[in-house]
Amino acid sequence: MRHRKLITFGRIIKTGLTNFLRNAWLAAAAMAVMTVTLTIVLFSVITSATFNNTIEQINAKINVSIYLADSTTLDQANVMMQQLRTLPEVKQVSYISKDQALAIFTAGNSTNLALQQAINQTGNPLPASLKVMPQDPSHIASIEKFIKDPKNVALEDPQNPSSYHGDQKAAVDKIAHATNVMRQAGVVAVAVFAVISMLIIFNTIQMAIFNRRDELTIMRLLGASTSFIRGPFVVESIMYGVISAFISVAFIDVLFIASSSALQASSLGLLDINYSNTYFHSHFWMLLGMQLAVGIIIGAGSSIMATRRYLKFKTK
Amino acid sequence: MLMILLDRVTKTYGKHATPALDRVSLHVEPKEFVIVVGQSGAGKTTLLRLLTREEKPTTGKIIVGGVDYDKLKDHDIPLLRRKIGVVFQDFKLLPNRTVFENVAFALEIVGMGSYEIRNTVPKVLDIVNLRGKEKRMPFELSGGERQRVAIARAIVRQPKILIADEPTGNLDPKHAWDVINVLEKINKYGTTVLLTTHNQDIVTKLKRRVVTIQHGHIVSDKASSAEYKL
Repeated sequence: MRHRKLITFGRIIKTGLTNFLRNAWLAAAAMAVMTVTLTIVLFSVITSATFNNTIEQINAKINVSIYLADSTTLDQANVMMQQLRTLPEVKQVSYISKDQALAIFTAGNSTNLALQQAINQTGNPLPASLKVMPQDPSHIASIEKFIKDPKNVALEDPQNPSSYHGDQKAAVDKIAHATNVMRQAGVVAVAVFAVISMLIIFNTIQMAIFNRRDELTIMRLLGASTSFIRGPFVVESIMYGVISAFISVAFIDVLFIASSSALQASSLGLLDINYSNTYFHSHFWMLLGMQLAVGIIIGAGSSIMATRRYLKFKTK
Repeated sequence: MLMILLDRVTKTYGKHATPALDRVSLHVEPKEFVIVVGQSGAGKTTLLRLLTREEKPTTGKIIVGGVDYDKLKDHDIPLLRRKIGVVFQDFKLLPNRTVFENVAFALEIVGMGSYEIRNTVPKVLDIVNLRGKEKRMPFELSGGERQRVAIARAIVRQPKILIADEPTGNLDPKHAWDVINVLEKINKYGTTVLLTTHNQDIVTKLKRRVVTIQHGHIVSDKASSAEYKL
């Protein structure tokens, strides 16, 4: 009995492969469709990752500076830093002394000699500050609250309100909102492409099986079991999925190698193609695995669903 | 034990249509050769489709080879069909497989080993005179050849019952007789044969039991078809 099952299993695989070769044209057409859709999915995943990277870079540039009064001691500043670090929304806090502030300012305005001279004559007018990097620029309410706490206001420079204020506050909020929307749009785009691809692949396999429905009913009439009839179709569809997955990954790879400079130019600088390239190659095995998994699961699932209706027995 | 037992079987397609078969009872002994005649639409094909469990009777009892169809579960239907050989009027060959593979398929279904299959198939192809055409595809064969492939496929498992639905319907007289001769040969080896036909010549010359169906009823059941007029 066990021996028979083994023979049957071997036959299912062999028939699947034979059918794959005999239906070469149908296979080629189905694989072409699957390759295109899988490529689109892969492309959208890479694009979304690149987009997220760009957003990260923008977000990393957003920080809040709290300017300290000259009378505030280093100890008091340290206490403030400790308190800030306990806030969950704070990623990093650094202290910039008056001298460091001057050095940064001087470096930034090295060509403006008149300004340099003016500063040298007045002594150091720049305040010390705390540079606060938020975890997520769209969630900085608690940092704002900390700044407005009367206990802290006493230590802050009354001439220089924190950088999260007025026009700057509006700009930070706007960027934070925009990046959030873009990130969500990326997730939605990947999901939409994935669903459309699944439907297209399902439809393609269903058509391929519809073409051979007579075969299914004949096998049924001869007394073949469900798995014996369905097995080869599942094997064949999995073959489509595996081959299409490899082709889609190879296609993207070649695209990066052949024309990364052309892409860089055509993307108008909206996307960091170098990052896409790096991302693709550093996640190569993961992406290949993802493509294979999608191809195999959709291929097998579609063929199981598509064969079901031709294998039913009459119940009335 | 009877090979085929139909007890007051009625089959109605749709709710209010006239029944395709109306309270039909039929007993067939093992090793019998029964010819079923009747005009198109009389209910012959429905009768055969009930026996292969392609259709389910609306009411009535069917027992074939000891299997009571009322108690038959869906997953046991393939097992039942493996015991019945069927030859269809439209052949129903697998289009993408060679002659050899079409016949071998019937044995693959039951899990027979490849070595045994390679030994068995040629013997059956001998019986239907198709040696040398093992590698042909169905579309390369004539109608008579295709029908003989279908017969080879139906008998290769040595079924207890062979059902042949107008196997000569698409054939010229010479090929028709080739097919009938094969059926007689199988019957001689002990297989119960149920044959439907329109062919007067065949009915007369076979001299077998003949059952006539008209408008869903069995209207006559004669022991010999020698004098029978369609």
